[in-house]
Amino acid sequence: MKRLAKWRLVSLFAILTLVLSACSGQPYLSALQPAGEVAKKQYDLMVFSTIMMIAVMAVVAVIFIIVLVKFRRKDDKIPNQVEGNHAMEIIWTVIPILLVLVLAVPTVSAVFNFADVDAMEKKNEDGSSDALVVNVRANLYWWEFEYPNEKIVTGQELIVPTDEKVYFNLIASDVKHSFWIPAAGGKMDNNTENVNKFWLEFDSEKADPDKLFQGRCAELCGPSHALMDFKVKALPRAEFDQWVTNMQNIKEPQEATTDLAQQGQEIFNQSCIGCHAVTPSNGTPADARMAPNLTNFGDRNIIAGYLEHNEENLKNWLSDPETYKPGNKMTGTYGELTPEQLDALTAYLMGLKVQGE
Amino acid sequence: MSTNAQKRGFGATLWDYLTTVDHKKIAHLYLIAGGLFFLIGGLEALFIRIQLLKPNNDFVSAGLFNELLTMHGTTMIFLAAMPLVFAFMNAVMPLQIGARDVAFPFLNSLGFWLFLFGGLFLNLSWFLDAAPNAGWTSYASLSIAQTGHGIDFYALGLQIAGLGTLIGGINFLVTIINMRAPGMTYMRMPMFTWTTFVVSALILFAFPPLTVGLFLMTFDRMFGANFFDAAMGGNTIIWEHFFWIFGHPEVYILILPAFGIFSEIFAIFSRKRLFGYSSMVFATVLIGFLGFMVWAHHMFTTGLGPIANSIFAVATMAIAVPTGIKIFNWLFTMWGGSIRFTTPMLWAVAFIPSFLMGGVTGVMLGSAAQDYQYHDTYFVVAHFHYVIVGGVVFALFAGAHLYWPKMFGTMLNEVLGKITFVLFFVGFHMTFFIQHFLGLWGMPRRVFTYLPGQGFETSNVVSSIGAFLMAAGVIVLLINVIITSVKNEKVGNDPWGDGRTLEWALSSPPPYYNFKQLPLVRGLDAYWIEKMEGKKGMTPAEPLGDIHMPNNSFIPFLISLGLFIAAFGAMYHGDEGNTWGIPVLIFGLLFTIGSMFVRSIKDDHGYHIPKEELIDDNDKGVKA
Repeated sequence: MKRLAKWRLVSLFAILTLVLSACSGQPYLSALQPAGEVAKKQYDLMVFSTIMMIAVMAVVAVIFIIVLVKFRRKDDKIPNQVEGNHAMEIIWTVIPILLVLVLAVPTVSAVFNFADVDAMEKKNEDGSSDALVVNVRANLYWWEFEYPNEKIVTGQELIVPTDEKVYFNLIASDVKHSFWIPAAGGKMDNNTENVNKFWLEFDSEKADPDKLFQGRCAELCGPSHALMDFKVKALPRAEFDQWVTNMQNIKEPQEATTDLAQQGQEIFNQSCIGCHAVTPSNGTPADARMAPNLTNFGDRNIIAGYLEHNEENLKNWLSDPETYKPGNKMTGTYGELTPEQLDALTAYLMGLKVQGE
Repeated sequence: MSTNAQKRGFGATLWDYLTTVDHKKIAHLYLIAGGLFFLIGGLEALFIRIQLLKPNNDFVSAGLFNELLTMHGTTMIFLAAMPLVFAFMNAVMPLQIGARDVAFPFLNSLGFWLFLFGGLFLNLSWFLDAAPNAGWTSYASLSIAQTGHGIDFYALGLQIAGLGTLIGGINFLVTIINMRAPGMTYMRMPMFTWTTFVVSALILFAFPPLTVGLFLMTFDRMFGANFFDAAMGGNTIIWEHFFWIFGHPEVYILILPAFGIFSEIFAIFSRKRLFGYSSMVFATVLIGFLGFMVWAHHMFTTGLGPIANSIFAVATMAIAVPTGIKIFNWLFTMWGGSIRFTTPMLWAVAFIPSFLMGGVTGVMLGSAAQDYQYHDTYFVVAHFHYVIVGGVVFALFAGAHLYWPKMFGTMLNEVLGKITFVLFFVGFHMTFFIQHFLGLWGMPRRVFTYLPGQGFETSNVVSSIGAFLMAAGVIVLLINVIITSVKNEKVGNDPWGDGRTLEWALSSPPPYYNFKQLPLVRGLDAYWIEKMEGKKGMTPAEPLGDIHMPNNSFIPFLISLGLFIAAFGAMYHGDEGNTWGIPVLIFGLLFTIGSMFVRSIKDDHGYHIPKEELIDDNDKGVKA
């Protein structure tokens, strides 16, 4: 009999593990598979409070079941009209107060920890800081990532070093958005009138070069809110530094190498360059940076924030952006493109690379 | 003037309802209008769930989806839940305190018509121009940026409907303070009356911030102001504060009457007085008070800083304490009782685990550091549907079954009632439980679609199937209502057999003057006390005399109609080439002010029901 109970327990745990693993979502996207210090602390708090809450629910469940089983109406007797019970009422007032206090301590400590951005405020003489800072500017429906210390700008794909605190300045240029990388930590809003600051950290062990972390907008911002995604590539510090250097080395737009790409560059210079920059300098003011910077477009893993990075998707997107991102600001800013023009533009854009070679 | 006269034509009945100032008929109006909006809101929810049935679905467009989600939230909160709660307050509260009507019957009617015209205006947006599309919260930067008139419908419609709610709240407050029957002290008031009282106070303080916020938005959008335009020195965060200083108390405005209804049900069907009545009253007041101290927990990610976030986090978690007190008091009301599982009791029993689930996730959300992950994801969607459906909607269903005989004189079918319960209960948990996980797996709320391969597919299918089960439950309820109305089998005073409070001492439905003689209240559960001493009814507190009654009036309808017309003028006047906007705006406002003027200068002293007619009624009443 005892052995049977033991086996039951084992199989119960087996099922529980199975359920839990099925319940934790995708490693690049889920808050339940933390890949950084902030997310880890938040996950621990979730587990802690969930256990606490399950305990509370268990107590209620026991009383609930006893009541429903034991006190069904059997006869027409009038039960004793009890007014209350002071001792019991005090117990179920005091215990919840204690539970709330127990949860309040780690909560408040974590809130202050996540808001601690002193390192980015400490400025050197030239105005830069030792910590890595990224200015995140959210726009209808794309993301710009500016590295003020490194003086470079990129878009749609956030590139960060692993295993160190990365500090963020968040702002929105049109309507309110919210910057969220679930696997790395909770979100913070990009307001239109003030800069919000916080930090995240990306774990090198969890950073998978094949499946980049997914970031998204978490505040309703218009029709394409659901498609306002971005990717996060977390690199070891040395590779990150290399990428920064490569970017910084691009002072002039890269020249296309093939004939087709050269045609593409001509079209680009006529129709696209008014909004899209192909040099990474952050010299132009933010207001003038009206569309994602495309300096390293060829290196990226997504088109328009969420489509797989291939030529077909690029052509589809260029010929009819409205279908792929309703309400976007690119629709109607340039004439219709012929298939030849699309081929040329695609060849040019796919060739814009700073990594690899 | 006798309303229990014989059958009347449709026109006469319609006119009677258009002009009525009787709280019981106004309750009918609230129930019908609120029920209708509930069906519309439910339909919008079904469209949302169909769209999310599979990834990259194109059942509706991205823009239409945003309109659906906005109108679903706005309709359900302002036009369904609020009026349905008001329906029960109107139907039951005056009876529970032993009053002949509310303090201001005219205002009661005005409140209803303002709500109805506001709701109609909001829903006309589907047919004119476009529906609002910035979410029920309508955050300023997004709502100001919207072209078209969608947001204008939101701002003006809610303004008119909100006025009605505010008037209703003040009316209930005055009624409860002044019109309690002899012997009905505050601490003898039934729990539902207590929650109505606290909720009315919440309305009094919570709706003005909404009114102000909506006015600022109206001026920003229609009259060229820049309160929320950051580029012009405005500030969008102010809107968030205004909205949530209203919006958080609003959820308590909805849930407290639900607590009240459940408190009545647990006591009735356990045949026991409410356990820990005074601590229940204390908890209700405390929840109402704390409800105003926690609004910024909706804004943890807005960037208010760690100090504000910590204070609001702790304040939010503190609300768990009075709510916990209530849960245990309900459990111990049943403990030692004699429980009968009628349809209302099934809803009440199911409410405890469902609401508890929403409560514990509420504490987790209140813990700000975790909230950074939960905020604006499906976890939040799951949480607030657990409290609003698992709390408020369950209570509305329970209340509908419980008070149907008191409102209409007939009993809803118990078998169909239980089928509704099972379908809705199962569907509800199917729809929303899985959404906790969707949120944690990285699915933000308010997304019109999601991509394949992120592990969201199966869960969304489960959720959508659940939504259809809930819809099936509602359809069964509708069938039940129709069958019951057609059969029209009248029941007696106390059809559940175990009524405890004053409303069950009256016939079903009560006569239009409620109490022929005001009752003498000798303790909590006044009717129960008399029953236990073997008496058939209440001891009168006054000799039989003439009863003073208010006259019916069409003016509330006209006052509301004027504002409805004015709203069209305000909305369209800014359109290019529009010439009629300003004249219509002025005409509408003059129409309203004129109607109010007529009301003010025309003496209306009401009328008296002579004593003789009351004696006559008494003889007829014996049959019932």
